[in-house]
Amino acid sequence: MEPMRKETTEYEEKTDNWKDIDPKKVKQEIMEKYPPKVARKRSKHFVINKKVDDENYTEIQANVRTIPGIISQRGCCYAGCKGVVMGPTRDIINLTHGPIGCGFYSWLTRRNQTDPSTTPDGHNFMTYCFSTDMEEREIIFGGEKKLKAAIQEAYDIFKPKMISVFATCPVGLIGDDIHSVTREMEKKLGITIFGFSCEGYKGVSQSAGHHVANNGLFQHVIGLDDTVKEGDYKVNLLGEYNIGGDAFLIEDLFERCGITLISTFSGNSSVDHFSNSHTADLNLIMCHRSINYVADMMEQKYGIPWLKINFLSAEATSRSLRKIAEYYGDQKLIDRVEEVIAEEMPAVEKAQAEIRPRLEGKLAMMFVGGSRAHHYQELFKEIGMITIAAGYEFAHRDDYEGRHVLPKIKVDADSRNIEELDVQKDPEKYNPRIDKKELEAEERHGVRLKDYEGMMPDMEEGDYVIDDISQYETEKLIETYKPAIFCAGIKEKYMIQKHGIPMKQLHSYDTGGPYAVYKGAVNFYYEMDRMINSKVWDHIKAPWEKSPELSAMYAYE
Amino acid sequence: MLLRHTPKEITERKALTVNPAKTCQPIGAMYASLGIHGCLPHSHGSQGCYAYHRSTLTRHYKEPVMAATSSFTEGASVFGGQANLLQALNNIFTIYEPDVVAVHTTCLSETIGDDIPQIFGKARADGKIPEGKFVLHANTPSYVGTHVTGFANMTKAMVDYFAKPAEHKENRINIIPGWVEPSDMKEIKRIAGELGVKFIMFPDTENVLNGPQTGKFAMYPKGGVTIDELVSAGSSRGTIALGRLTSGPAAHALDTKCKVPCEILDLPIGIKATDRFVDSLRKMGGVNVPDSINIERGQLVDIITDMQAYFYHKKVGLVGDPDQLEALTEFLVSIDMLPIHIVTGTKDKKFEKRIKSLTEGLPCKVNVKSGGDMMLFHQWIKNEPVDLLIGNTYVKYISRDEDIPFIRFGFPILDRIGHSYFPTVGYQGGMRFLEKILDALMDRQDRDSSEIEFELVM
Repeated sequence: MEPMRKETTEYEEKTDNWKDIDPKKVKQEIMEKYPPKVARKRSKHFVINKKVDDENYTEIQANVRTIPGIISQRGCCYAGCKGVVMGPTRDIINLTHGPIGCGFYSWLTRRNQTDPSTTPDGHNFMTYCFSTDMEEREIIFGGEKKLKAAIQEAYDIFKPKMISVFATCPVGLIGDDIHSVTREMEKKLGITIFGFSCEGYKGVSQSAGHHVANNGLFQHVIGLDDTVKEGDYKVNLLGEYNIGGDAFLIEDLFERCGITLISTFSGNSSVDHFSNSHTADLNLIMCHRSINYVADMMEQKYGIPWLKINFLSAEATSRSLRKIAEYYGDQKLIDRVEEVIAEEMPAVEKAQAEIRPRLEGKLAMMFVGGSRAHHYQELFKEIGMITIAAGYEFAHRDDYEGRHVLPKIKVDADSRNIEELDVQKDPEKYNPRIDKKELEAEERHGVRLKDYEGMMPDMEEGDYVIDDISQYETEKLIETYKPAIFCAGIKEKYMIQKHGIPMKQLHSYDTGGPYAVYKGAVNFYYEMDRMINSKVWDHIKAPWEKSPELSAMYAYE
Repeated sequence: MLLRHTPKEITERKALTVNPAKTCQPIGAMYASLGIHGCLPHSHGSQGCYAYHRSTLTRHYKEPVMAATSSFTEGASVFGGQANLLQALNNIFTIYEPDVVAVHTTCLSETIGDDIPQIFGKARADGKIPEGKFVLHANTPSYVGTHVTGFANMTKAMVDYFAKPAEHKENRINIIPGWVEPSDMKEIKRIAGELGVKFIMFPDTENVLNGPQTGKFAMYPKGGVTIDELVSAGSSRGTIALGRLTSGPAAHALDTKCKVPCEILDLPIGIKATDRFVDSLRKMGGVNVPDSINIERGQLVDIITDMQAYFYHKKVGLVGDPDQLEALTEFLVSIDMLPIHIVTGTKDKKFEKRIKSLTEGLPCKVNVKSGGDMMLFHQWIKNEPVDLLIGNTYVKYISRDEDIPFIRFGFPILDRIGHSYFPTVGYQGGMRFLEKILDALMDRQDRDSSEIEFELVM
């Protein structure tokens, strides 16, 4: 069959020209549109990547308030807590305390897959939406009574082993104490019940909700079950949400390498696994932004070190596997990992060789999440595509510039509203998995622990790095560069496609995936080929729009 | 099983909603606002609200849904959102340059008690609303009513803000289409056009949320009612409001404010409701029904004649919004089907009565609930199975678990494309709806019949 190929487009004729565009000028033009105060603020979020010294890249402003009236990609604290971190766990009842909307919109709208057959009780509440559906009466007289009754009804009907409660905006304002209610009901019903103060107005984005969720999991779930499971190289995978089945591929890869997965936070996940996760010897972090808090706290309380890894792209997967093997320093694991890599790479290389000529040199832009905009760049690189602009929706400076800037980040009022737990060594369960010296040096067998260098070092100087990009900036970038593909979320999707540019959702993968590890990378290469070289882009102009002069010629003849 | 924990036994729940058959007011207000030309909807609340509403509307329409937000943080929640809204208006008019900003409130700003008209006054005084630009607002607290109420409130706000009373009435009517698809609004306009009636439709999302792919993005697409038209709505000779809950309040407001009398009709879904709509158009517009419409009607009757053998006494479960369900129930009864479980999440006193009167005389018990949820709906189905399900995308989980054919209808539809392009209102929309029902039933018959019974001609 003929491969789907696109005729030469306007964009392709221009591919060499993009290097002539001066990013500084582009930035200046964009900022000119803004009122002066807005321009001053936005220009700190909108930087041209530049290495300033051995360690540092241009400072970027991040994790601060979005300016009212600016159309941003961001959501709220509740979305980060309930939707992102707690949502993908099947065997807990997540009860939204608030008016119906918040529960409704976060009902099954993320593509977290789960396999309930892998936990003995088979519980799966992810297909359900539970809400107290607060009405005016509760806003006026308080909603604690209704919340209590709702927990009781949820228990009576569903007999879950755990219930968590999520506060929405009005709950905080009217002063419902969800924590006293959950404590009381926990005592009464004898199952774990706890609450999250994740009111939508807290913090400045979903990021606050991630932190709140991390705290809740750490305080109420992790450490409940001390059963030590059999197996070598016991790890937790943190910040992997099993969108489109990514976690399934990673689980399979671990199994083949002989790595034992205790718990994933949170994809294809179970509270049983969370409860037991403190028995692992190593935490592996995929999405640094959403889950590094749990890793830090587990290290402090239980002595479990953490490594930053990335399973998006073949190259990053191999690198991450080798990193894990090096960390353990066990020849058996090192050899096994090499065998698995050798088994996987031929198919990857074959796909790369097929796809690369069709996509080489094309431009990509990605503005998404708190890690994905970094991780996906390597996947594009593997098929010869160039990421010239990227940024996060809700990340912090360390996700851009690297964790070494952490001490330099100013804590503002919005971040102070999110509790920082004071974590101490557990008198009984603390068990440093590695040598004290290694822990202190944050290095073992040459592998850096607790280390994340951020997005900027992986981008070229002169590339755009834009935090919390606005709709206006998005449009201007698109108009200026006409990239071959733009990646963001559902709210941006059709605006970009109306420009005639294919748009890939990197939160939900549209309907595609999995894109993790080797098989996923191959899926992604083909997906990019399908999207960018689809025939549909040729249909946009009708024949009479392409050559309107014909009618005049008829008249002449 | 996807909904494996739903018990067959029904116990009364007083506090817990499971699988809602409704969502909150602001999303309805946002959808209605998009039916004003050159309008940027604005959510006065925290970012999450507008992010959720935009996402859901986008997934349903597969089109850009532009809107802005006041981006409340904890400070704004304590001190009030005035500063946020003032700043937002200034930024919106400077950067995004809409003609109109339609502000709706949220549970957050309503609990705080922000006074939007007062903030508008200050914005005007401070020069933050440029000359020739417009603002309007609707109070849409999420803890009162549902998405249906929000749509109705924003539609009414269009009247409150813009319709101008006039002594002299023009030979023209207003049509308020209710919460229907852009395709339905287009079809309603087409029908009125066939009759030769002059009209103003508001809101109107045709060419906003079913726009073409042109390679050029327009922040403010071609469609939508203009402010001039909204002003003129006060000088129309009458109003036809389709949908008691979604369009009724705006129609009554026009009557009170501008003395424009109204007729409140069902959504024109199915033969009888469309008959009433056409008849009202004829009388109010002072025109005759043209042959073209008679032919369409005759075609619908013709296919009902051809199909009714397959519809007869088939049981149907419906879940959705009151205006849609009332019209749909009448339609199903009129083609000899038996709608036996009918649930809406919207609380409305008249709903249950109306459904009972529409289903009176059916040879079976009819369960109807206003203010119910999909778990109750599912439990009813477990206790008394049906042959067909009609509802929004969430019903697919029930459909799969119970192995019952399912037609997507209502809001939101997140997993199919077509609803925004092909209508279900009017005679032609009725034909499309019947085709969908028949396809679902026949596909099931083909799937289930034995090799012996499997037939070519049906």
